[in-house]
Amino acid sequence: MNRTPLLFLNVLIIATCGLVYELIAGTLASYVLGDSVTQFSTCIGVYLSAMGVGAWLSGHIHRGEARCFIEVELGVALLGGFSAPLLFLSFARLSWFHVALYGIVFAIGTLVGLELPLLMRILKKDLDFEDLVARVLAFDYIGALAASLLFPILLVPRLGLVRTSLMFGLLNAAVGLWGTWLLEPQLRGVNWLRARGVLVLVLLSACFIKADIFTTLAEDDLYSDPVVYSTTSPYQRIVMTRSDAGFQLYLNGALQFNSADEYRYHESLAHPPLAASRSRKKVLILGGGDGLALREVLASDGVEQVTLVDLDPAMTNLSEQFPPLAELNRHAFEDPRVTTVNRDAMIWLEENPGRFDIVLIDFPDPNSFSLGKLYTRGFYRLLRRRMMDEAVLSVQCTSPLFSRTAYWCIITTLRAAGFHVHPYHVAVPSFGIWGFALASPVPFDQPQQVPDGLRFLNDEVLQSLFVIPNDLGPLETEVNRLDNQSLVRYYELAWWEDARPGKAASGSTAW
Amino acid sequence: MSQPLSRREVIAALLGTPVLLTGCGESAAKNPPLPPGKLVGASAKAGHRTRTHQPPEIADEDWEQVPVVIVGGGIAGLSAARQLSRLERSDYVLLELEPEAGGTSRSGTSPVVDYPWGAHYVPAPGKANAPLVELFREMGLVEGTDEAGEPVYVEEALCRDPEERIFYRGTWYEGRYLAAGASPEDQAQYDRFREEVDRWVAWRDDRGRRAFTIPMSVGSDDSTVTSLDQISMADWMATHGFDSPRLNWLVDYACRDDYGLRSQQTSAWAGLFYFAARTNSAGEESQPLLTWPEGNGRLVAHLRSQSKGEIRTGLTVVDLEPVEHDGRQQVRVKAVPADGGQSVGLIAERVIFAAPRFVGRHVIAPWRNSPPEGLEDFQYGAWVVANLFLRDRPAWRGFPLCWDNVIYESSSLGYVAATHQRGLDHGPTVFTWYLPLCDELPVEARQQLLDGGREIWAEAALAELSLAHPDVRSLVERIDVMLWGHAMILPRPGFLWGGARQQAAEPFRGIHFAHSDLSGLALFEEAFHHGLRAADEVAAALKTWN
Ligand SMILES: Cc1cc2nc3c(=O)[nH]c(=O)nc-3n(C[C@H](O)[C@H](O)[C@H](O)COP(=O)(O)OP(=O)(O)OC[C@H]3O[C@@H](n4cnc5c(N)ncnc54)[C@H](O)[C@@H]3O)c2cc1C
Repeated sequence: MNRTPLLFLNVLIIATCGLVYELIAGTLASYVLGDSVTQFSTCIGVYLSAMGVGAWLSGHIHRGEARCFIEVELGVALLGGFSAPLLFLSFARLSWFHVALYGIVFAIGTLVGLELPLLMRILKKDLDFEDLVARVLAFDYIGALAASLLFPILLVPRLGLVRTSLMFGLLNAAVGLWGTWLLEPQLRGVNWLRARGVLVLVLLSACFIKADIFTTLAEDDLYSDPVVYSTTSPYQRIVMTRSDAGFQLYLNGALQFNSADEYRYHESLAHPPLAASRSRKKVLILGGGDGLALREVLASDGVEQVTLVDLDPAMTNLSEQFPPLAELNRHAFEDPRVTTVNRDAMIWLEENPGRFDIVLIDFPDPNSFSLGKLYTRGFYRLLRRRMMDEAVLSVQCTSPLFSRTAYWCIITTLRAAGFHVHPYHVAVPSFGIWGFALASPVPFDQPQQVPDGLRFLNDEVLQSLFVIPNDLGPLETEVNRLDNQSLVRYYELAWWEDARPGKAASGSTAW
Repeated sequence: MSQPLSRREVIAALLGTPVLLTGCGESAAKNPPLPPGKLVGASAKAGHRTRTHQPPEIADEDWEQVPVVIVGGGIAGLSAARQLSRLERSDYVLLELEPEAGGTSRSGTSPVVDYPWGAHYVPAPGKANAPLVELFREMGLVEGTDEAGEPVYVEEALCRDPEERIFYRGTWYEGRYLAAGASPEDQAQYDRFREEVDRWVAWRDDRGRRAFTIPMSVGSDDSTVTSLDQISMADWMATHGFDSPRLNWLVDYACRDDYGLRSQQTSAWAGLFYFAARTNSAGEESQPLLTWPEGNGRLVAHLRSQSKGEIRTGLTVVDLEPVEHDGRQQVRVKAVPADGGQSVGLIAERVIFAAPRFVGRHVIAPWRNSPPEGLEDFQYGAWVVANLFLRDRPAWRGFPLCWDNVIYESSSLGYVAATHQRGLDHGPTVFTWYLPLCDELPVEARQQLLDGGREIWAEAALAELSLAHPDVRSLVERIDVMLWGHAMILPRPGFLWGGARQQAAEPFRGIHFAHSDLSGLALFEEAFHHGLRAADEVAAALKTWN
């Protein structure tokens, strides 16, 4: 049997695999670190130089090329195959991501760099040099073409990154195992090699089948766009996805913002109170760990101090360190005027007697009892004691369209706590119609003016936010108290009846 | 999964008898070592000193004169102390055998949250219980009155929603009545039971008094009501055709929860009292609960702060000797310190005896030889309370963590999460686990209690919580255990309206009685009521003299 054509098939497969790993690394890097041009360039650079190192190393191998080749294949199968799962896992430790990324890219590159020289030396016994070089390189480039076309068209959309990488690991392992037959005459201890080949195959197949155990992968089904970051903090599951239009942040499965239209939401949360308050020296933000409301506040004149209280350090750290998010909030957490506190807002208010001119509340929707307490009369009364007499407060109040009762329950509760309230709402395409409340301990007028240069708000639009259409009009509700948590029940009922995506859609609650 | 483990099974398993523990997928042998902790038991040794020791000799010059001595610093004693101070009689000394006051309402502290060792809630009283409303007003818990004149309590003091959940076959459900899987017949019986309770809420005797009130002493003594005391709650259920298992479980739970007795051991009067006394009028929801992270420890602290007289702790009263002096009644009080130091002798015009009545048998001199009739009818149950300190919240399925977390068909009462009322919803917490020992003979229960020791009871708590939270073992960092030998008075059939109780409230030669056992119901409201009553009696008596 002439084994040469089969060995060329190997070249093709190896070449495809090699490029796929490179593409995976580049894609993941740009998902997580943003700026795909830089990420792809650095990944390719590291990869190519590592291949050079591999090629150079091959020169130091003088005996047993066949054995080495098979060992290298199994190594690439493992490293390349598990590269995507490993990188996904290292998301949770952002500071390690760079190390893991370039380490893996370098290791795979080195091994891939060893592959072709070794194979060529094996083949050289059957072919003359010119023919060999021509054919090997031709197959190498065909493989590269195949990879670069398959990757975006078929692999990522159909298999996702994790399964793609595992699948190509399987191909590498198959090449290795196959080689134990093709190259049998040149091998010693063939059975042991074969056993290892089978082991690698089994390992990769098991992970391929069970890829769902990587929760991130499972989440790929939950979220409409690819997951680029995910972690589970003691408080919540944090997931970021990326689509063509931008980034999305999910907490416990509930969408918090979409970078494509978040400015509508955050301008509407921040600017009405900034405009309505006499003083804006001291601002308090409760929740809002993404730093986006903070960005709006910091861009306004006259703000001297901002305290941001968010339960979850994982969230505020992410907003500070995760490059795409830090860019979106314009590195708000690095501003010297900002103090970040990681504490339950209610406990923090109890413990800290300072008073503020403006308060922004940006908690997730009241989809659990622990969040529900942050919308109670007891909470608002406590907050009142931390506000100057003429201070102004804005509250995100869930959708008045999908959960109209819940929306008016929050308004009713604010009034029961002694606030004067102007309800308002805004259309945010990613969420739908979104509701807010502007409130103050004293009677106050609706704000008339916002600064120039905002992306969404101008003076006319500001006026229109306070016009309530008939289908969002007031409803009688109970006051949400700590001892009845009516709001959580209204809210659950609404989303139960109308399971639409929105700030609190899928899989969010433990019950 | 097997039936929840009974206490005996757990203990048997731990002592090496191979029983049922395998049912929850773990064998005792495989269990990792028990987390550390301490035994907090009410000072049985100091208490028993009242029985075994001869009263000490006290030299003539060492006797102190004090107008009023209060024996016992539980809720009753502290309420009496506060009341005397309000009546501008702060010339009293309160003697408490434990290192701190509070009795069965004591609490503990930890860096995470404070937690109860015993009593942990009080139903928010209506205007009918004016003195108690006044107490809560004094604490800043009443923010106004509604149209009906009923007090409105600040929401932070009311038990935060969700209040309770129940664990059944792997899942938690909201509420205490197990509605999940109830048949139409179950539901019909449950509704009928509530109607029956409502009937008692609406019931009035010919003097217009309610059947069940708090305090119980202002309720009706009409035989229609009091005859309920002659049968057990279980019998009452049976004669009314209530055979739904889940309804009977609920009623049995109520009896164990409030009295430490099974429903077949509880007087039907007490059983119905539990359901009917806490509703203002028929058809209404029962009163909301006032609670604090440290339970009624908050009330102890407040009462203490309002007691302007002297409070001496770590002193066991061992002798009360009524004497005539210049034609006036006096009581010579002897107390011994726990640390074995100098004994104390006080000569009082009046004594308020706010310790349990069985203690009087050993302490009140004339009673040692001739105890009053009916004294043996006062019997007390034994309880285990374990506080589990958790690094983090355990996993669960179904409804989320509540204040009170009950396990269906378990011998314990489940656990209370101290962080719930504090508003701490993440991270470390303290669970207080309650287990009444409902044996037929209190002496046996007490023996079992003391035989157990910390390890056994801590293991029992863990084994049970593991049913509902498989990962709890890995999260618990410490388990402290309290053994209450004489936890609370037992309202068995015949005790409440048999006469002994009423007689016992009568003063005896300068000694006035105040403990909650005089009501036959171990409740904060009853302890408070008797404390006030005794203080009023004493203040009045002293006034007529001076
Ligand atoms: C586990 C448990 C849970 C409970 N839960 C609740 C609840 O949730 N709500 C509720 O209303 N009630 C509850 N109770 C009932 C509780 O007993 C009462 O609320 C109340 O605390 C009783 O107060 P007291 O003063 O009558 O009695 P005690 O608490 O018994 O006080 C008597 C005091 O006298 C002291 N004493 C005894 N002998 C002497 C002596 N010789 N010399 C000096 N001092 C002495 C004792 O040390 C003690 O401090 C609970 C009880 C227990 C045990």
